[in-house]
Amino acid sequence: MFLVRILSGDTGGKVFLLVLLAVIVAVPVLNGLPADHPAYVSTYTVTLLGKYLTYALLAVAVDLVWGYLGILSLGHAAFFALGGYAMGMYLMRQIGERGVYGHPELPDFMVFLNWQELPWFWYGFDQFWFAALMVFLAPGMLAFVFGWLAFRSRVTGVYLSIITQALTYALMLAFFRNEMGFGGNNGLTDFKDILGFSLQDDATRIGLFVASGVALALGYLACRALVTSRLGRVAVAIRDTEDRTRFIGYKVEHVKLAIFTFSAMLAGLAGALYVPQVGIINPGEFAPLNSIEVVIWVAMGGRATLYGAVLGAIGVNYAKTWFTGAFPEFWLFALGGLFVLVTLLLPRGIAGLWRRREVE
Amino acid sequence: MLRILVTTLLLCLVSPSFAANIETGDATLDAAFAQLLERDFAIKAQGVDALARSGHPQTAELLSGLLEGRLRYLKKQKRLVWMEQRDDGRFAIDVFSEQDYGKFSSRKFRKLAINNAMRGQIRAHLAELELASPDADVRLAAVNQLLDNPAPGHATLFERLLADEQDPAVQEALRAGLALARLSASDPDQRRAAIAAVADSLEPAVRNGLSRLADSDPDDGVRADAAAALAKIEDRVAFYGHVETLFFGLSAGSVLVLAAIGLAITFGVMGVINMAHGELIMLGAYTTYLMQQLMPDMIGLSIVLSIPAAFLVSGLVGIMIERGVIRFLYGRPLETLLATFGISLILQQVVRSVISPQNVPVSNPEFLSGLWQINSVLALTYNRLYIFIFCLLVFAGLFFVLKYTRLGLQVRAVSQNRAMARAMGVRSARVDALTFGLGSGIAGIAGVALSQLTNVGPNLGQAYIVDSFMVVVFGGVGNLWGTLIGGLGLGIANKIMEPWAGAVLAKILVLVFIILFIQKRPRGLFPQKGRAAEG
Repeated sequence: MFLVRILSGDTGGKVFLLVLLAVIVAVPVLNGLPADHPAYVSTYTVTLLGKYLTYALLAVAVDLVWGYLGILSLGHAAFFALGGYAMGMYLMRQIGERGVYGHPELPDFMVFLNWQELPWFWYGFDQFWFAALMVFLAPGMLAFVFGWLAFRSRVTGVYLSIITQALTYALMLAFFRNEMGFGGNNGLTDFKDILGFSLQDDATRIGLFVASGVALALGYLACRALVTSRLGRVAVAIRDTEDRTRFIGYKVEHVKLAIFTFSAMLAGLAGALYVPQVGIINPGEFAPLNSIEVVIWVAMGGRATLYGAVLGAIGVNYAKTWFTGAFPEFWLFALGGLFVLVTLLLPRGIAGLWRRREVE
Repeated sequence: MLRILVTTLLLCLVSPSFAANIETGDATLDAAFAQLLERDFAIKAQGVDALARSGHPQTAELLSGLLEGRLRYLKKQKRLVWMEQRDDGRFAIDVFSEQDYGKFSSRKFRKLAINNAMRGQIRAHLAELELASPDADVRLAAVNQLLDNPAPGHATLFERLLADEQDPAVQEALRAGLALARLSASDPDQRRAAIAAVADSLEPAVRNGLSRLADSDPDDGVRADAAAALAKIEDRVAFYGHVETLFFGLSAGSVLVLAAIGLAITFGVMGVINMAHGELIMLGAYTTYLMQQLMPDMIGLSIVLSIPAAFLVSGLVGIMIERGVIRFLYGRPLETLLATFGISLILQQVVRSVISPQNVPVSNPEFLSGLWQINSVLALTYNRLYIFIFCLLVFAGLFFVLKYTRLGLQVRAVSQNRAMARAMGVRSARVDALTFGLGSGIAGIAGVALSQLTNVGPNLGQAYIVDSFMVVVFGGVGNLWGTLIGGLGLGIANKIMEPWAGAVLAKILVLVFIILFIQKRPRGLFPQKGRAAEG
């Protein structure tokens, strides 16, 4: 009943969820086929698809704040990376004595830096439930504090975009420092297993892929529930005319803060699913470029549609994989050209192509 | 005096037997080398002194030849020669006529043997000869060398030299040296007078001497005086340290201002978020590189010519961007951000594909290298100094253009109220293109300056884009003064924090400061006033 309500009028969303469901079911089955079968999906492809799904979840998080709240965040990769680091720390602790230096407690890079004991902020990460909590709390807290400061003093528009960029840039510089205790330049890598399952196993990889798909579906539904709720309507009102909404009597700051924090947590979840699949997390994930790229996925797919964000994320990343394999020289030309053309010719993205009729 | 007379007399008596052995064409030298050919080192030492005082124009050359063992006596020809080791044997070249006598077996050369005591003696003579050099820099270096190795006899030497010295820098060094030598006088009052005399000096040797006195002088008064003088000197050294930090901060800030000031126009005045700004800077740097490739023999001139060339290149690219993309996106700042970001990726890839994905070498001209030594603790590098001056000049030029030219007037009119400006007959489309071109051209000029400081590569622009936006936002959008003050202020803040926080942490702290600052003053240091600022 609830599902029917939140998905009413969202044809694109219904199609997307059905396709996603089909993919989640079909890919593991096809992966089980013999390797010479024409429909066989290799484990490499499964992991690649899983990575795309986490990107799609990140794009949905960005679309929620940009499309429905009017906040162009150029720092969402920071929340993504923080979630990734929380998961990475758990995976690091799981290595245990199997590291190069064989220290029972300290990760390799700490032994290498001659540290004697675990820093306090690494406590608890040997427990999965704690790491899972931090996956949401770390980005959530950062977004809450940052948003509380920024929205309260009514920093909006371009200024907000630029200070979110400064935030992720500052975090990148900070995580590059060895003294921070997050592995510095090299980041966290060389993971062995998650919840006792080896990360090298095909079954684990399929499990992670399915988990990413389910997370994307749930994330999508949660965002959809949010934007169709009363809160979502207020958010759209804020996006369109912030001052008028404030004059009517809504607590604009509270609405913004709640949705921004929720979006950051969603991005953190995406990061946490991303890290075990790619096997590494390093400060490069904080690079301002990454955040801008996410915005492009959303713009490409179509703002304020949610499923458009998924479409953009998967489409652009597929193109990236294909281009960097086939014509590495031309990838930046293609991506750059895409940015220009989409903003000039498709202000509502790909989703806008068939939504135009719907709206009119 | 008597001893010299006696020696000379003795020499006259003894020399004839040797004079037949050596022919230099100069009686004093003949006598000196005759002594040097003796076996007894005491007599040889006299020969060195005689040689040093001979007043012969080649004295220094002969002494260093003696020190290095290149100076030999060719027995048969009775000539002094430079022994030259070549691939096919040893050759003799006459010291005075530079005539090449040809190849000889090593037995034909007679070595003028010296011992360690004589080596020290020769070095001291060489330093004294340098003190008499016509070149003030050579004299200064010689004095400083003597200051580093204090000796009791220096006081009289310095006094004598000071009487004839004209160059102020050498005079100052000599005075410091004199006082330093007197610091070790036996009379406490003389030592105290010497302390008073060196109280203004910043020479490290003086500080060493004073701290020696402050620690271990037998006289209480001298110790107290030395400690007080030392404290005062340390204060001044610390002060110059602050001046240096300030200077570093100003030069780092100048780089920020140069990078940001073009953005202050495109973003501040026009409201366009130009993410390709960094790449326009990069194009300026590459223009400098190409100019140097065009005229590899005239690096200095190529730099000067690069400034207008880079302005044109980046300005034209800027106008193309504005006409091709941005004009369709006015009023949608967030979308210009995305489109220009796409352009920045394309420009980077163009440079990678056309020139090289690697960094390219850009050389520095003569006038940009070197140091301006203000005193012994403060030295400013010319490239940083010029960057600062250059930044001020660019700022002044831009300020003039915006304030006092027709274009500037139109730019301000359009940025304040586009519709009204159009109604008054301003062709706003043309003004937009020119303004964007102006801001982009300034970015190109910044690229010329940056090419002298950092590596020139396809990623040059990306390194500056975040910083540039910070400066503009911090200073206040639409206000050139804000950009100047903001940029210089952030540069200084960075350099002040660097010693105790480290470069990276200082940068993080500055970023966090800006993020917090924006909360307090969302419109920057100098917000634009009036209705134009709304919305």
